[in-house]
Amino acid sequence: MRVTRASNAARIAAVLGLIGLVVLALGPYWAGRADMRLMSEIFLYLALASLWNLMAGYAGLVSVGQQAFVGFGGYMLFALTIFGGLSPVVAIGGAAVLGALIAVPVAVLIFRLRGAYFAIGTWVMAEVFRLTFAQVSSLGGGSGSSLPVNIVRSMANGRAAREALSYWLALGIAVVVIAAVYLFLRSRQGLALTAIRDNELAAGSLGIDIWRTKFVVYIVTAGLTSMVGALIFLQKLRISPDAAFSVNDWTAFVIFIVVIGGIGTLEGPIIGTLIFFALRETLADLGSVYLLILGAVAIVIMLKAPKGVWGLIRARYDLELFPLSYRVHTDKKEG
Amino acid sequence: MDWVNAVVQGTLLGGLYALFAAGLSLIFGIMRLVNIAHGDLIVLGSYLGLVVVTATGMHPLVALIVAVPVMAVLGYVLQRGILNQTLGDDLLPPLLVTFGLSVIIQNALLEGFTADPQKMNAGAIETASVSVGGLQLGVLPLLTFAIAVGVIAALQWMFYNTALGRAFRAVSDNQEIAQLMGLNRRHVFGLAMGLALAVTAIAGIFLGIRTSFDPAAGAGRLIYGFEAVIIGGLGNLWGTLAGGVILGVSQTLGAKIDPGYQILAGHIAFLVVLAVRPQGLFPRVSG
Repeated sequence: MRVTRASNAARIAAVLGLIGLVVLALGPYWAGRADMRLMSEIFLYLALASLWNLMAGYAGLVSVGQQAFVGFGGYMLFALTIFGGLSPVVAIGGAAVLGALIAVPVAVLIFRLRGAYFAIGTWVMAEVFRLTFAQVSSLGGGSGSSLPVNIVRSMANGRAAREALSYWLALGIAVVVIAAVYLFLRSRQGLALTAIRDNELAAGSLGIDIWRTKFVVYIVTAGLTSMVGALIFLQKLRISPDAAFSVNDWTAFVIFIVVIGGIGTLEGPIIGTLIFFALRETLADLGSVYLLILGAVAIVIMLKAPKGVWGLIRARYDLELFPLSYRVHTDKKEG
Repeated sequence: MDWVNAVVQGTLLGGLYALFAAGLSLIFGIMRLVNIAHGDLIVLGSYLGLVVVTATGMHPLVALIVAVPVMAVLGYVLQRGILNQTLGDDLLPPLLVTFGLSVIIQNALLEGFTADPQKMNAGAIETASVSVGGLQLGVLPLLTFAIAVGVIAALQWMFYNTALGRAFRAVSDNQEIAQLMGLNRRHVFGLAMGLALAVTAIAGIFLGIRTSFDPAAGAGRLIYGFEAVIIGGLGNLWGTLAGGVILGVSQTLGAKIDPGYQILAGHIAFLVVLAVRPQGLFPRVSG
């Protein structure tokens, strides 16, 4: 009898994934300008969805206030480049650190709320962030501000080089986030997290510090989400409180992606992001009807297939592309 | 005197927030369901009032006669059709389903009524005021506060003096045993949601008379209602009224300092309560 983590499917997926990654990394050499913009957006949503999935699907922290950190990261990019004189690429890292720091007092407060009340508490926090940034007149107050031209120019020489750089940054963050979530889940902390997800009471009685584990997840997620936020607004070049802290753009869509794809799996957000963008590209002309359909699809999936599309595939074919769980193989010759 | 005035006006505003919160408090108390679509249902109530007023020309307050039963039936159908399927130990399904519902209601309203702000015209009552000890009190805010007190008193009485209230308390205490005692919890939950949405219709109509509203207004109402519930303490209806008043007073005092601080001051009051007394000021059940 042998116990393994890897399977053939996972090995094939890893090889295909690497090839796909190389093809995507060469994007600036084969894709048009519009395609690169769309792909960058896909990468950024993929990163947001993977992070939300880590919190909700593994740590049981259902937040509807992640826009707080997306917006905070965006504003920190603007503040650090305009007032701090940092280059945008350095400022993105700075936004991540500051996002993680600000998340500490936030977590201490809202961790007092449980379950769904925690969810709405995170939303209140995002509103506090939005109203606070709307009061900062040096960043444009309620109407927002644009990133000065000289800062944009300082990123790289020429428009094509700039667009390539921001494409690579978006691809890079998606890869970093997925790799970080994967490695985290395979670590000791990740094992603790999975135990908490499966049974909080049992995990606690085995000596896992539940509060601390969830706290770490929240802080790390906040830092990375701020980083994604900084990148989002580096692409947009303009920020305003309503756009930065939009619950629809940065939380509702992300939740739909994760629910449709399959919550609590690493593959789910990837599938969900592809489905979401496929739907958006075909139905976006319908305007608000498109959102109506999206809401209805999410409800039906939650009621009829709560594990999402990947859950259905997994149940049917026993597939796992990211080797996280252990498999037992019994050798027939010995038996 | 200005500050006294701000406190009094804030207290009256708190009546409206208590109306936002009462339905939320009720369904949480009975079935531990937190309805993310609650704010959008309030706004739906406002639009329903608007449609009735436009179609029949009746006064918005008279339109309550139509809006309240319609919303109550909607609540029952919603609970039995969709929300009952989400109840259980897992937290995610009710949260995500009501979140989807919120997006659906918002965009359906957007499709039907455009994003233009709407308002209901209630005639002379909107501007009428009475003078009390040097303060000018609007008749409409006074009426809203009185209705809020009346609604909460009625809910409280219903809870402890009627067969329906006993059924609510029974399923709230233990669903399985209530079921064994011959209560159909699906039906009881449906009635609870119907009752909650009846209150929501009242809240929606008073909201629609007091200020303008648009399809996106729901999120703010949900947050105010939620803050009132948490400040007051979970499961305590009179506490919810107190929470609404604290929120309203914080907002008017904040606005007195700087109009930009009005909403922020309310949120900060909520966070302060959360920091020093996370179980709320007058808790009755543990969350």
